[in-house]
Amino acid sequence: MIDSTTAIRDTVTSGENSSGSWIIEHIVDSNVLDFEPFGTIHLPSFEINLFGLSIHLSITKHVVFLWIAAILVAFFLIYTARSYKKSLIPRGIANLIEMIIQFIRDEIVTPTIGEKYIPSFLPFLGTVFFFILTCNLLGLLPYGATATSNISVTASLALLSFLMIQLAGMKKNGVIGYFKGLIPHGVPVFLLPIMFVVEVLGLFTKPFALMIRLFANMTAGHVVILALIGLIFILKTPFISPVSILFALFIYLLELLVALIQAYIFTMLSSLFIGMAIHQEH
Amino acid sequence: MFSKIGLINFLLLYSGGEKGGLLDVNPGLIFWTIITFLILLFILKKTAWKPILQALKEREDNIRASLEKAEQARKEAEEILEKNRKNLSEAEEQVKKIIEEGREYASKLRNEIISRANVEAQKMLENAKQEIENKKQEALIELKGIVADLSIQAAEKILEETLDKEKHKKLVEKLIQNLPKG
Repeated sequence: MIDSTTAIRDTVTSGENSSGSWIIEHIVDSNVLDFEPFGTIHLPSFEINLFGLSIHLSITKHVVFLWIAAILVAFFLIYTARSYKKSLIPRGIANLIEMIIQFIRDEIVTPTIGEKYIPSFLPFLGTVFFFILTCNLLGLLPYGATATSNISVTASLALLSFLMIQLAGMKKNGVIGYFKGLIPHGVPVFLLPIMFVVEVLGLFTKPFALMIRLFANMTAGHVVILALIGLIFILKTPFISPVSILFALFIYLLELLVALIQAYIFTMLSSLFIGMAIHQEH
Repeated sequence: MFSKIGLINFLLLYSGGEKGGLLDVNPGLIFWTIITFLILLFILKKTAWKPILQALKEREDNIRASLEKAEQARKEAEEILEKNRKNLSEAEEQVKKIIEEGREYASKLRNEIISRANVEAQKMLENAKQEIENKKQEALIELKGIVADLSIQAAEKILEETLDKEKHKKLVEKLIQNLPKG
């Protein structure tokens, strides 16, 4: 929070645009890791030309935090897996992770997809859950950035989820069978073309909703916290700070909850959609 | 409605800026996200998910088996307890029976002994009576003889020579026979 407050003070006091651009600047991706007052790290920026299209493959702030999240998830899950070699009784952090995995298995995958599909889908859904959760929580740390509040990141995760849903459905029902199964039984023949279009659109709206939901939820909380802190500088009085800080703390605690809930919802809905693609008789 | 338009303005206003806005889609970031996620998924699938799921299943099976075993052991123990209880009650009954039998036998034996002793005593009494009777008879006979002799001697002394011994004896015997029997 320190870095944001200094940034806010700088932007607000310098008489620049005070309508909220500093909030956006704080949330969006950048090429700089800001560690004020300890300094900043400029990340390498490069782009490649692919068929005349230039694509920025710069290692941005959010890429760095994605990697940190990936490393943390890998560390904790491999640590948990290793701990079983010593004994079947989990201890400490392994116990917590095991509890979450059991929850994903018994409360998310089993009721929505089915017990016999656990080995094929739990690795994906579990990785999604832990990856999103870690990204969300990293954003709550000082100097942290929320990669999941970037729409490109949530779009990528939703795209992977979309591919997983379609592949799961096609593998189970066959490509033609899968598209046939999209249309509910008992629909009049003249409605078939419309229904088909609607259902195919539905395939795309599901991951689109996943993308927007995660992005909006993770962005909103940060915007509110930054706005509350910014209140001190906008009103130019320190007497508002207790109110701002109390409210920001409340929102921060709410954000902790939201971080967990959004990871759960993304996983739960992906699992549900995979289940719907596999069991098309519903 | 106004707030909605305001929000859209807010989002769009900063999406065209130099630094990029909230809704800017960055293909590079998409690329990195997908690559990062897929590598993470690949690594975890090999190193973490398989052993974790396996261990979970193994432990669950273990617990299930243990519970089943415990249940079975409990049932067995209950059966044994029931059997023991039954055996105990049976044994108790048997003991009671044995004691009863023993008591009965003892009382029978006592009665028998007592009755036998009674009979014996009766018999002995009878024998003694007989003996006494016999002795009495013997004594009487002897007494008779002695009385006869004494009477003869007395008669002899009184009569002296008046009667010979043979005649005398006959006379006394006649006298004795006329005596009342006692």
